[in-house]
Amino acid sequence: MNIQAVKVIYKYEMLRTWHTLFQSIASPVLSTALYFIVFGSAIGSRIQSVDGVNYGLFIVPGLMMLSILTQSVSNASFGIFFPKFTGTVYEVMSAPISFFEILLGYVGAAATKSLIIGSIILITAAFFVDLRIDHPVWMILFLVLTCISFSLLGFIIGLWATNFEKLQIVPLLIITPLVFLGGTFYSVSMLPPLWQTITLFNPVLYLVSGFRWSFFEVSDVSVGISLGMILLFLTTCSGIVWWMFKTGYRLKQ
Amino acid sequence: MKNIISIANLCKTYEGGFQALKNVSLDIREGEILALLGPNGAGKTTLISVICGLVSPTSGKVSVDGFDIIDEYRRTRERIGLVPQELTLAAFDRVWDTLCFSRGLFGKKADPVYLEQLLKDLSLWDKRNNELRMLSGGMKRRVLIAKALSHQPNILFLDEPTAGVDVELRKDMWEIVSRLRESGVTIILTTHYIEEAEQIADRVGVINNGELLLVDDKANLMRELGRKQLIIDLKEPISEVPDSMTGYGLELSDHGDQLVFTYDTQGNSTGITALLQALHDAGISMKDLNTTQSSLQDIFVNLVQDKP
Repeated sequence: MNIQAVKVIYKYEMLRTWHTLFQSIASPVLSTALYFIVFGSAIGSRIQSVDGVNYGLFIVPGLMMLSILTQSVSNASFGIFFPKFTGTVYEVMSAPISFFEILLGYVGAAATKSLIIGSIILITAAFFVDLRIDHPVWMILFLVLTCISFSLLGFIIGLWATNFEKLQIVPLLIITPLVFLGGTFYSVSMLPPLWQTITLFNPVLYLVSGFRWSFFEVSDVSVGISLGMILLFLTTCSGIVWWMFKTGYRLKQ
Repeated sequence: MKNIISIANLCKTYEGGFQALKNVSLDIREGEILALLGPNGAGKTTLISVICGLVSPTSGKVSVDGFDIIDEYRRTRERIGLVPQELTLAAFDRVWDTLCFSRGLFGKKADPVYLEQLLKDLSLWDKRNNELRMLSGGMKRRVLIAKALSHQPNILFLDEPTAGVDVELRKDMWEIVSRLRESGVTIILTTHYIEEAEQIADRVGVINNGELLLVDDKANLMRELGRKQLIIDLKEPISEVPDSMTGYGLELSDHGDQLVFTYDTQGNSTGITALLQALHDAGISMKDLNTTQSSLQDIFVNLVQDKP
């Protein structure tokens, strides 16, 4: 295994984050604070609690998921799209490195960054609400699996995208709406029955639900199904990446 | 001499149906400088890209130092450095960082002493902390060479290394190439500047329309395909070549004041003495004599024109 190569790719990607450190940290802190002010204070004053959990506290897992999902996708997609766009990817492609090692470097770095952002949001939230995490191990498991799965999705988008518009289209037009409609700021049980059924087709619901269960033991669907769904998503993304690498999709002619 | 790269029956057809390589077979010897000559779109870059792992071959086999480029790609790629044709660099990276990145990609541990020497050899040491976007085109080209050499390869591919490069840098580049060759690095360069091949290569391969038309020692090529011409300036113009000299295949200039005799340098008898005697017998006086040898350029043009 070419450990050196994985290390330099990982380090390179992490340094990219480091160069935009202020943006990387300030942005999630600010947006979390704003969500707490708008949703926690303004709406929270009308909704006292959801499923027995204080509303401000209830939205913490959803807020984390919102940032993690969008950040994982945008970071991982940009990480591979940019060298492809500028042509510098030739170096990675001509190096003695396997596709798995390439993936480990790029996706590993994107997932790490998402984990850091998730942690920052959690710390910020602690300034607004009294945090409660009933199952920290499960919480970390869900967090890590989500970061990896969506970084993989981002990597797929980065390989697929042939221009900047395509690069933006999936995070903006698919991921963000799915997150907002996936029970981030509400319990699915608050919706009319028809919408409850429709929401069940939203994969993000299962992530948010399982993640929220690890905090408060409150969930829209059973935690087993949530875990199954995220593993299914992870497997699907891994399968697609494997196929892309095997065929040299958009990388090798 | 040992072959370091063996290419057998290599074909590449791109998705759109364009056949970039047609049954190319070529052995590259260890330690030599091989120049691949060909016009734009001839297949030079595709050939290099296949060997380096950037393009998948449609059929055929390539081995580097006895290792297959697909089954044992790690073994083959760690031996190869590639300087691409385009100035593809990440604009915001610094020279030193990008070199460390390249070295790491090829599985080598950091070696600041080697990299420092490399940068000094390429006159880049002063620029080590500069962002790549701040460098001139020539400096960027040097950085690309430094990146390709960062992992100490024993085979170096230079794809059109002097495209858009000024005379000074071109000279420097050939010095670098000569030094590398002295240290035992095998160098394969592509170019459409014939004089470069003529100046620096040990062997020349001519490629056109995806076919390797010939590969030979430069000296052989020049000797075997080289034509020599004797240009005879006449004192008095003549209207036509006298009948007694039709067997020499002489060409008469438009003004009738110059005769051109083309002869084979390899032949036992060039026919020059007989021709001069015949001129004397015909009473034609000569003002001056010149000989010219065809360059690689002429050889190349002839080859490419013969096989459209």
